[in-house]
Amino acid sequence: MAFRILCNALQAIVALALSPLIGGVLSRLKEIVQSKRGPSVLQPYRDLWKLFHKDEVVSDQSSWIFRATPYVVFVTPLFVVLLIPVLTSYPLFLAFMADMVGAGFILALGGFFACLGAVDPANPYGPMGASRTRMVGFLAEPVFVIVFFTVSFVAGSTIPYIVQAQWTRSAGSFLAPAHVLLIAAFLMLILAEAGRIPVDNPTGHFELAMIDESKGLEYSGRGAALMKWGGHMKLMVLMCVFLNVLVTPWGLAARQQLAAVLLAIPLVALKILALILVLVVIESSLSKLRLFRITEFLGAAFITCVAAMIARTFAA
Amino acid sequence: MSHLPSLLAALNALAGGLFLLSAFAMVATRQTRGCLALFIYQSLLLAASAFLLAGEYGSAHLAGVGVVNLISKPIVVPLILRRTLSSEIYTRREIEQALNIPTSLTIALALAVLAYFLAIPILQSVAPQFRSANVPIGFAGLLLGAYTLSVRREAVPMLIGILAMENGAFFAGIALSRELPLIVELAIASDGLILVFVAGVLVRTIQRRLGSTRVGELAALREAQAPGAGRPA
Repeated sequence: MAFRILCNALQAIVALALSPLIGGVLSRLKEIVQSKRGPSVLQPYRDLWKLFHKDEVVSDQSSWIFRATPYVVFVTPLFVVLLIPVLTSYPLFLAFMADMVGAGFILALGGFFACLGAVDPANPYGPMGASRTRMVGFLAEPVFVIVFFTVSFVAGSTIPYIVQAQWTRSAGSFLAPAHVLLIAAFLMLILAEAGRIPVDNPTGHFELAMIDESKGLEYSGRGAALMKWGGHMKLMVLMCVFLNVLVTPWGLAARQQLAAVLLAIPLVALKILALILVLVVIESSLSKLRLFRITEFLGAAFITCVAAMIARTFAA
Repeated sequence: MSHLPSLLAALNALAGGLFLLSAFAMVATRQTRGCLALFIYQSLLLAASAFLLAGEYGSAHLAGVGVVNLISKPIVVPLILRRTLSSEIYTRREIEQALNIPTSLTIALALAVLAYFLAIPILQSVAPQFRSANVPIGFAGLLLGAYTLSVRREAVPMLIGILAMENGAFFAGIALSRELPLIVELAIASDGLILVFVAGVLVRTIQRRLGSTRVGELAALREAQAPGAGRPA
């Protein structure tokens, strides 16, 4: 009992502590690829530290939504962390409280509040970014649903732990055509949802071209820090689902011992590092798509996952 | 071995998945250069699948098919195209299409479903461990290649569409017959190379005459003028 509480707490702490590092490593590696030195991998931590120590300015024209949004954006990925296999391959306390669709809805709640919070203070760039995010969001939704139901089709369940256990058992169907297509579709989905390069440029400073970043423009001090941290955690949660459930369901703690769980942390970090390398290659070799080409990108993701569904149905 | 596929079969299934992915990507891509890169990639996957099937069936013929594929398509075809065509064709970014990309992809998806249905009656003659991969995906590659051929309005991507059709047919064929005679593959490979060469020369001529290779514009037939006669009134 106490051990399970400890595991759950450990999962949340790992997500809190390691998620800014992912952003730092990603941007550092990208700079190295571009023959630059780049900021230290610890830069996101310093940013968060600095922002937490600054005063917060909130417009007196804004409502409670603007003030509540950073907390919602910060907390929702933490809830999802409790539902998915981050470190252990056996289900923890809250594993059966919601399935993958539920986790998706919780993440979507954070996105929804971020959009409301962007519209609220009437900054002209906020609503523009919010509407663009919604466009990307509603195009990504069908991909999301089909990917998860196709994955669940094999396991007969939408609980991520059960799906993960199913994949570790049946390594034969792991390389099946349907699975490869699903991985491709989900990778495209991560790029879209996390605002990475073919869809959105996270390092861009030009407000008119922003999609994801412009929602946080009005925030300062603690609010900005929470929004940033929440964004880092969202990327980490998506990566964890991608790696621990779909691509490499191995390397998680299988025994109920603290040592095994602690050993899983570097293994998971290693897997995430591998995925970061893939993202660096994608981000350095592609350019940002024009806004109305995003439909094509996500359309391609949709076609890929529907093809996976067909392949799965016929193979079974 | 009945329900758990061997490593070779699993790797072959992986090649199949990537093959289908590359066929879809070929429909979606806009650049001539990207189209060619995807074709090379697809041919490599075809060769890999041939080698894996050769290992599984213990068939030297299929290994020969793999070798011929490995030499002819990823190496010789791009070389011929590069020799016969000017670099201007490669550098053009966007290919004109009769339909836009989302519509194309939806049709491509319908074709893939059709391919899976078409493959059902044939599957009985395939070894069970390769049932899910080669035949339906090869058919899908064939149909998607044919679709690329019909929807593109640029000469070089159309040519690549024809070659992708051939790739798809072979991808299905190597699973259907264990002892595919090497002579057949050699004949088809040399045929394919001659096709590439002739089409390359044709495209070059079209480009010299029109200044572009947008064969989609060559829709109306104009009567050739006799050397002495004036224009008919």
